[in-house]
Amino acid sequence: MQGINIVLKREFASYFATPIAYVFILIFLILSGVFTFYLGNFYERQQADLSPFFNFHPWLYLFLVPAVSMRLWSEERKSGTIELLMTLPLTKYDAIVGKFLAAWFFTGIALLLTFPLWVTVNYLGEPDNGVILASYIGSWLMAGGFLAIGSCASALSKSQVIAFIICGVTCLLFILAGFPLVLNSFNDWLPAILVDTIASLSFLTHFTSVSKGVLSLRDMLYFISMIVFWLVFTSVVLEFKQAD
Amino acid sequence: MIEVSNLQKYFGYLPAVDGVSFSVEPGEILGFLGPNGAGKSTTMKMITGFITPTMGKISVCGCDIETDKLSAQRKMGYLPEGTPAYEEMTPRGFLGFIAEIRGYSKSERASRIGSVTETMGLESVLDQRIETLSKGFKRRVGLAQAIIHDPKVLVLDEPTDGLDPNQKYQVREMIRGLSRDKIVIISTHILEEVTAVCTRAVILASGKIVSDCTPRELEEKSRYHQAVTLIFKSPEDIPAVVTKIQNLELVKSVEENGLELLVVPEYKDGSLLPHISSLVREEGWQLAGLFQEKGRLDEVFRSITEEGSHAGH
Repeated sequence: MQGINIVLKREFASYFATPIAYVFILIFLILSGVFTFYLGNFYERQQADLSPFFNFHPWLYLFLVPAVSMRLWSEERKSGTIELLMTLPLTKYDAIVGKFLAAWFFTGIALLLTFPLWVTVNYLGEPDNGVILASYIGSWLMAGGFLAIGSCASALSKSQVIAFIICGVTCLLFILAGFPLVLNSFNDWLPAILVDTIASLSFLTHFTSVSKGVLSLRDMLYFISMIVFWLVFTSVVLEFKQAD
Repeated sequence: MIEVSNLQKYFGYLPAVDGVSFSVEPGEILGFLGPNGAGKSTTMKMITGFITPTMGKISVCGCDIETDKLSAQRKMGYLPEGTPAYEEMTPRGFLGFIAEIRGYSKSERASRIGSVTETMGLESVLDQRIETLSKGFKRRVGLAQAIIHDPKVLVLDEPTDGLDPNQKYQVREMIRGLSRDKIVIISTHILEEVTAVCTRAVILASGKIVSDCTPRELEEKSRYHQAVTLIFKSPEDIPAVVTKIQNLELVKSVEENGLELLVVPEYKDGSLLPHISSLVREEGWQLAGLFQEKGRLDEVFRSITEEGSHAGH
């Protein structure tokens, strides 16, 4: 626990030691605004809720999360600090979890900074703030799932660009698996149970209900088990590629 | 005490380290020598627990690196090759991070950082980002990080590589200045370093130990050990001189290099120099220098490692 905390602190501070953090947050805020108001027709809908905002989160995360996660391990590997980190009296999980949490808290901060939208919607009408809170939590959990995939992708390669692409493509697959168009194409030739399994693995399937404010235990468990699975997989990859 | 027995590491089918065994006692400064790719770094990476051996056992101060890795790592300080560090941090922040992982409380941390800062002469750069530091300072930060917890075992992978002569000297002084009850393992391909700092030299070639002795013994293996060099002031009749020297019974061969003659003895018992000097007096040769060689490490190194790698094929 102690080790996780120390790694987390260092890693988190390192985001803010370079302009990356500020650029990321700025772009995240601008894009979420653009999506909400222009693509989501926030005003035209005449409804006091934030679903136009949350609906676009999977797509927003698709290219913003890999940008955060790509440096997690690639950079350590490239600069050789991984050798330093792994020979300190820390377990591998201290390092993996600490780094993951730093990235997760960082995206959490970016998410929190979208609060003006919440203020706006409360000013304009009377939204169900419970729904909004549940959606925020759900969105953050989903970001965690994306980040865990990114952590694994980053462990695979010294190159941050490769890590970015692998993470992006994997996340895209996990989103598309729940996309009606894709599922329909499976419907014709796969048994229903397999189609349901594919759908249930998708971020989109689980996030759709979340963005409506229904944060069920099932969806939470899904996101948490995604995180756990990909972090365990990260450790396997690190073990496998230790000598590179 | 470090005990390594039958250590092996294969990358695919390629043996990087192939059956290495040795043990190191406190107080020893062990130098790993060997050509590039001989397995020095790989051995160090296994000792420090970064990579897992394919086979073999390593125990550091009684802690098995496989079953009790963290305890072993607590006792070790390690400077990986190339001195990696978190470049966006300042030395103060970086050393603080390491000290925190090493389990020091906040106040202890400050005093530990203070003491290594002084040892390594880092005061002036303590609050500058590491990426802006010169190579010498970066190396010192790396060394400071390795000794911050006053470890019983210090593993340094090419600690002087790429430094200028002054910086090399400083690093060696630092290593020599460590207290006597420590185990230090350094790797290097600079031979002078071994005589300068090490109490023991282990030479690796193709993943195997091909020689394990003191630097002195290593010099004695040289065919130039106790050879005598004569440097003439003016170009005399060198061929005649060579013949005269070769006529001495103790002389094995004479190597000519401009005004310098290198006389290789038949027996390494130190008896050649007196004979040569009396010959010089008798003949009245005008010399700019006359001295006895300790032995040429590069020559020993080449002959040992080439033999070793031939045996490996």
